[in-house]
Amino acid sequence: MNRLTLDLWVGFFVAIGLASLVFLALKVGNLSGSSMSDTYRLEAKFDNIGGLKIRAPIKSAGVVVGRVAEIRFDPESYVAVVGMQVDGRYKFPRDTFATILTSGLLGEQYVGFEVGGEQDVFKDGDVIKKTQSAVVLEKLIGQFMFSKAAGDEGGKQ
Amino acid sequence: MLERLANGCRWLGKRVNDRIWRLGFASRFLLMTLVYSGTALRRFFLTIREIYFTGVLSLIIILVSGLFVGMVLGLQGYDTLQRYGSSEALGVLVALSLVRELGPVVAALLFASRAGSAITAEIGLMKATEQLSAMEMMAVNPIARVVAPRFWAGVISMPLLAALFSAMGVLGGYLVGVRLIGVDEGSFWSQMQASVDFREDILNGVIKSFVFGVIVSWIAVFEGYDAEPTAEGVSGATTRTVVTSSLAILAADFILTAFMFRGT
Amino acid sequence: MTIPRGKVVAIMGISGGGKTTTLRLIGGQIKATSGTVRVDGRDVADLRGKALYDLRRRMGMLFQFGALFTDMSVYDNVAFQMREHTDLPADMIHDLVMMKLHAVGLRGVAHLMPSELSGGMARRVALARAVALDPMLIMYDEPFAGLDPISLSIIGELIRALNDALGASSIIVTHDVQESLKIVDYIYIVSGGRIVAEGTADDIRQSRAEYVHQFVWGEADGPVAFHYPAPPYRDEIHAVAGHA
Repeated sequence: MNRLTLDLWVGFFVAIGLASLVFLALKVGNLSGSSMSDTYRLEAKFDNIGGLKIRAPIKSAGVVVGRVAEIRFDPESYVAVVGMQVDGRYKFPRDTFATILTSGLLGEQYVGFEVGGEQDVFKDGDVIKKTQSAVVLEKLIGQFMFSKAAGDEGGKQ
Repeated sequence: MLERLANGCRWLGKRVNDRIWRLGFASRFLLMTLVYSGTALRRFFLTIREIYFTGVLSLIIILVSGLFVGMVLGLQGYDTLQRYGSSEALGVLVALSLVRELGPVVAALLFASRAGSAITAEIGLMKATEQLSAMEMMAVNPIARVVAPRFWAGVISMPLLAALFSAMGVLGGYLVGVRLIGVDEGSFWSQMQASVDFREDILNGVIKSFVFGVIVSWIAVFEGYDAEPTAEGVSGATTRTVVTSSLAILAADFILTAFMFRGT
Repeated sequence: MTIPRGKVVAIMGISGGGKTTTLRLIGGQIKATSGTVRVDGRDVADLRGKALYDLRRRMGMLFQFGALFTDMSVYDNVAFQMREHTDLPADMIHDLVMMKLHAVGLRGVAHLMPSELSGGMARRVALARAVALDPMLIMYDEPFAGLDPISLSIIGELIRALNDALGASSIIVTHDVQESLKIVDYIYIVSGGRIVAEGTADDIRQSRAEYVHQFVWGEADGPVAFHYPAPPYRDEIHAVAGHA
C-alpha cells in the first residue's frame, strides 16, 4: 500500500467521520437553534412545576423564545424557582403571565408566556410575579370525582 | 466426598486467582502502552497506517449496518407511535435511540468483531512467528512499535465510526419514515431538533464511543500480546477478544448511561 | 563457554537441550537463574532499559523461521532497523539496503512481500536483516532447519562469508551436524543444559565419546535411548491382555 493512497483514505475517513458529527450536531441536534447569543435572565416562582425539566422550551404564542436554565427549591417560601434564559430579541411586558403547559396530552412540559398590556418590560434578573402552576392530572381527576360526588348528593336531596 | 469438595474449591480459587492476575497484568500492559506511546504519536504515519486497517476497512460494515438499523427503527418506531397518534415523533425516537445508545454500542460491537479480532490475530501471529521477539532483539520495543499505534488507531477510529453509524441510521430512519411511509418531513426534522440536545445527547454519545474505543482496543492488543504462540492460542485469543470486549462494552454502557442520563 | 571474537561457533545438541535458551540468555530476553552471561565484558542480566537496547543494537539474530515482518516488504524489512535507530536520509538507506540484499543475492526481490518468497529466500532476507546494522555478534537459531540442500549450503556459505566480512562473531545453534561442521571454527555439544563435548570440527568428528559419536553420525540408539522411559514392555502387554 502506497503511503500517499493510505494518507488519502485515512484523510477521507476522518473527513466523513467529522462531517457526520457536524451533521448530528446541526441537523439532528439543536446546536444551531440553541445558540442564542444574546439572552437575559428571568425568574419565576411556581407552587408546582409538574414534570418541567432543565432545557425545556419557553414559548410565547407557540414560538420558542428561550429555555429553562435552572430549577431549584426555595426553602423559605416552599415553592419552586425556575430560572430562564430568554432570547434578547424579545421583550415582554411586566404583567406577563408564566404558565406551565403540556404539549399534547402526554407530551413534554414547557413554560408558556401570555403577554400582558403594560408598557414596562422585563429586564435581566427580574422575577415574574404572575404565574400559574402545572396542571397535575391526578389532582384534576380528584377534583372532578369530588365535585361529581358532591353533585350526586345534591341531586338526592 | 470431602476431597472432591476440596478439589472443587481449589479449582474455583485457581480460576478466580488467574482472572485477577490477568486483570492486573492487563492493567500494567495498558499503562506500558500509554507510557510507550511516544513513538506512535511522534511518527504519526505508523498510527495512520493502522487507522487505515481498523477504521477505513470497517467503513462498509458500519455504514451498511447503520443504514439498516435506522430503517428498522423507522419501521418499528412508526408502528408503535402511530397507535398513540404521534407518528411525527418518529424523528425523535430514531435520533435519540441512535445517538444515545445504538450508535455507540452497535458500532463498538461491530468494531470489536471486525477490527478488534483482526488486531488480536495479527499481534498473536506476530508473536507466534517470533516477529515480536525479533523486534525486541533489534532493540525496538514491540509495545511502542506494534501495540501502541494499533491502540491509538482504535481509539481514534471508534468515535468517528460511531458518529457515521448514527448519521447513517438517522438517514435510514428518514428514508423509511418520510420517503416510504410518508411521515411529515418538516415535523420529522423539527421535532428531532427540538428534543435532541447537543451536549446531553450527542456529546455524551461521543464520550461513550471514545470509552468503548479504549476498551475494545485495549482488550484486542492485550489478548494478541498475551496469546499462546500457537495456532490454537491465537484463535482462542481472537475469540476471547470478541467475547470479552462485547461484554465489557455492554457493562460499560450501563455504567456510563447511569452516570450520564440521571433524571433531568 | 566462550565465544571468541571473529570466530564462528556452533552450539549443537538434540532437540529440547537448551540451545535456543542459550541465545535468549545472550540477548537478555530471559534472565539466568544461576550463572552469568557476559557480552563484551558486561553482564547481560544487569543491563536494563536503554543499556540493554544499546547492547542489542550491536547484535543480530536470525530466528528459526526467519521471523520476517509479514506486513512489510522485503525492502522495508531490511531497512527496518536503519529507520528505527538512525536518522539516515532515505537515499542512503536505499543504498545500504541494496548492499545488504546484494550480499545475499536477493536484490531482485526487494519489492516482494515475505509471503511471496520461498523458505530459503526468506531465510536469506532474514540474514540480510540480521546484519543490517553491521553487528559485532550474530546469532543464528536453527539456520538450516527445513531447507533443501542447495539453500542449505547457500546459507552455510553466507554465514561464513558475512562473519569474515564484518569481522564479527557468530553463534550457530543447530542440530544439522554435517553442514555446520563444514563452516564453523569451534563446536560445543550440549545436552540436558550442560556442555558434554567441545572442540574443533576435526576433534568432534574423531571423538570417541559415545554421546558425541551417536550425535555426529546420527545413530538411532546409544546413550540417548530410542525408547522413552516406560514400564517394562512385558508388563504393559500383560496389562492389556489382563483387561481383555
